[in-house]
Amino acid sequence: MKIQIKNGRLIDPKNGLDTIADLYIAAGKVVAVGHAPAGFHANRSIDATGRIVCPGLIDLAVRLREPGYEYIATLESEMEAAIAGGVTSLACPPDTDPPLDEPGLVEMLKFRAKNLHQAHVYPVGALTAGLKGARLTEMAELRDAGCVAFSQAEAPCADTLVLLNALEYAATYGFPVWLRAQDAALARHGVAHDGEVATRLGLPGIPSTAESVALSTILILARETGARIHIARLSSAEGVALIRAAKAENLPVSCDVGIHHVHLCENDIGYFDPNCHLMPPLRSQRDRDALRAGLADGTVDAICSDHTPIDEDQKQVPFSEAEAGATGVELLLPLTLKWANETGADRAAALSLITHRAASILGIDAGHLSIGASADVCVFDPERPWRADAAALRSQGKNTPYAGMELIGRVTHTIVDGAVVFEQK
Amino acid sequence: MPATPLPDAETLLASLTERMRPLIGPDTGLVGIHTGGVWIAERLHSSLGLRHPLGTLDVSFYRDDFSRKGLRRNVKSSDIPFDVDACHVVIVDDVLFTGRTIRAAMNELFDYGRPASIRLAALVDRGGRELPIAADFIGAEMQVPAGRQIELIRRDNRLTLQITDA
Amino acid sequence: MWLDPANPQLNRNGELHHLLSLEGLPADVLHQILDTAVSFADVTQRDVKKVPLLRGKSVFNLFFEPSTRTRTTFEIAAKRLSADVVNLAINVSSQTKGESVLDTVANLSAMHADMFIVRHAASGAPYMIAKHVAQDIHVVNAGDGRHAHPTQGLLDMFTIRHYKGQFNRLRVAIVGDILHSRVARSQIHALTTLGCPEIRVIGPKTLLPSRVNSLGVHVYHDMREGLKDVDVVMMLRLQNERMNGALLPSAQEFYKYYGLTEDKLALARPDAIVLHPGPMNRGVEIDSSVADGKQSVILPQVTFGIAIRMAVMSILAGN
Repeated sequence: MKIQIKNGRLIDPKNGLDTIADLYIAAGKVVAVGHAPAGFHANRSIDATGRIVCPGLIDLAVRLREPGYEYIATLESEMEAAIAGGVTSLACPPDTDPPLDEPGLVEMLKFRAKNLHQAHVYPVGALTAGLKGARLTEMAELRDAGCVAFSQAEAPCADTLVLLNALEYAATYGFPVWLRAQDAALARHGVAHDGEVATRLGLPGIPSTAESVALSTILILARETGARIHIARLSSAEGVALIRAAKAENLPVSCDVGIHHVHLCENDIGYFDPNCHLMPPLRSQRDRDALRAGLADGTVDAICSDHTPIDEDQKQVPFSEAEAGATGVELLLPLTLKWANETGADRAAALSLITHRAASILGIDAGHLSIGASADVCVFDPERPWRADAAALRSQGKNTPYAGMELIGRVTHTIVDGAVVFEQK
Repeated sequence: MPATPLPDAETLLASLTERMRPLIGPDTGLVGIHTGGVWIAERLHSSLGLRHPLGTLDVSFYRDDFSRKGLRRNVKSSDIPFDVDACHVVIVDDVLFTGRTIRAAMNELFDYGRPASIRLAALVDRGGRELPIAADFIGAEMQVPAGRQIELIRRDNRLTLQITDA
Repeated sequence: MWLDPANPQLNRNGELHHLLSLEGLPADVLHQILDTAVSFADVTQRDVKKVPLLRGKSVFNLFFEPSTRTRTTFEIAAKRLSADVVNLAINVSSQTKGESVLDTVANLSAMHADMFIVRHAASGAPYMIAKHVAQDIHVVNAGDGRHAHPTQGLLDMFTIRHYKGQFNRLRVAIVGDILHSRVARSQIHALTTLGCPEIRVIGPKTLLPSRVNSLGVHVYHDMREGLKDVDVVMMLRLQNERMNGALLPSAQEFYKYYGLTEDKLALARPDAIVLHPGPMNRGVEIDSSVADGKQSVILPQVTFGIAIRMAVMSILAGN
């Protein structure tokens, strides 16, 4: 299928492109930018006037809820939500049920996802069997089955010796390890940032030290083992400072931040809104400002949605009893644009955090529109307002702090491997 | 504009006192209803020389319009410093109108005991009864136009009547 | 939406629609409750202690966390207002999920409940319930997690006002486990709103919240220093589970440094009063001689508690 996308503002951050130009797709690949190749006759022409045309978005954390949590959401609904959000490649964490610690489970997931012909799915495998933090998984087998990295998701790896061994083993093969820096004991029973809001509301707190203590341990072990570490969902100013120092000494460490933590802080909990019960918790304004500064100066490498659909029954309970997490894959784009608008950041730089920079953490050649690259494209209207209510979200998770609020920026077309997999007016 | 010229409250009180004097025994229990009824009862009590101390009632907790109007602010205390059982009680209020306040006062009084009798004294009877309640002693009868109300004011210990919008 | 979005306890006329927390309530609302309670205190002195204000109304005690004392006081208060009272002790263990809180509330609302008195172990539970009940149902928070116990705070303020008059010249000390205490948080909010110029919290570091200063209090770790010249001493109950070694080594050590004894009380003003929300751990946070002594107002607190709850329920039911 030959596709011409014309008159759009083409933003390709990796190649430094930000201009009105046409994009030409054929046989699943980008064949030209600006002028049609000789003899090119489009089967389909998409008019992108007033729209932005950028590489398909890459989301480092999207929970598809399969296997095991189909009562909350299904592969079909969440994959539909992903392409509705302009996401063409996504990584899913291993905290399914059972966890992704067996090659058979990974193959099945990849197979099911592939047959939907929607976004590319890159499973992240379990670092330890059952995510229990005791025995190592067959990481090489899991990699062969399709895992791009290994992680404990939200489960702690409390035994430092196990963590050390897991990093050494992963380093043997050069496998990246993604870790949530949170000390299990310091975070035990906590449901909110241990700050002024938790003090007033009487909520058990998780101090920032839970992150900095764990992060310090992880960085020291990374230095010892030479493992490639990616820190998932940074949340504190202290955390940003530790990463900045680690990068300054050229440690092979990267990190991401959840899109909600770019915008929200503890004050947004308001009168115990369970939609703001997130893990890691929303911390203070000072922490949020430090995360934003980290994004601006390159300390933070990527933004992700940390998409976590949750059943209404699990959220319509008192704050501390609610399951933590927010739906987000459809809000990743408008909220990233919102951050860029609010801070005056360059739009291309903002988009790079959810395209090619996220791709390099995944270790895939994606997130750009170079000639010959896979045609994964997102076309969106940067001015279109829409309300984030239950009807507008395709995810079965309607749990968002932005419920009912107006957002700006809506995907009109999503193209994967040169096929239009999603479009809306 | 009032339908009839306003009488002087002090004059009315004086004539009410004289009307009551021959018919009120020294063991009468006098009970004023907050707030205007208490002012009048205080003056009656000192003029009539009664043995029991003055009782006061705030009927806020017994009103029949609670669901519609809610609890009034400035609820005052009810205080009956004598034994109501077998006592001849006279309830005193400033303006007698629908009779609902008096109904509430009687209900509250019965929570203190079983009086031998209850009589009612009011400075002004403006008619408009909605319950079968009648005063035994009145200062004056008055017509008040619909949509307006008559109020007792106390300033520097002097009582005056005033017409205001309801 | 009939509720003020800035404060879900108030309706759009600024009147109290639910009582969820003392934080954010204007001073005149607090004073209205205290003043109304004076009249109800008189009612409790009479032989016939009932008034017909809530006749025909149904008050449901929804206790997700067990408590005989608080539930009984609310029950007595509601009955003195001639309301019909239904007690529901809902057994919530982590194993038995059972019916959700909102389903329970919806079922009871269908039985024409007019008022829910809610106690729950999770902070914020009464807010969630208040968000989901119909417009004519009122919610009273009887204690939620560590967050608030507004009627206790109010009866403590009533007690202080009864013995000390105005708040604007008082030094008040709150002693004990402030970290886990919903009573302390409610007391601090009320004292602040009512104009108390100096609120002291006294306790070991492990029992004080990390950002306790943000509540506008003076922090003391030395009880003798903290009690100097105070007018009011508010003791908090130390729960048994705190003495298991994680936050405090033992009851004995706590008693030695933070228990209210006669000689420590002597450092306060000679006319200082001693309050305790009960039930007391005699010999842990407070000596029997102080609890039963002439400066203790602990028993009057209980009587005032009924009047305060009558006032709260009447004001809500009328709004």
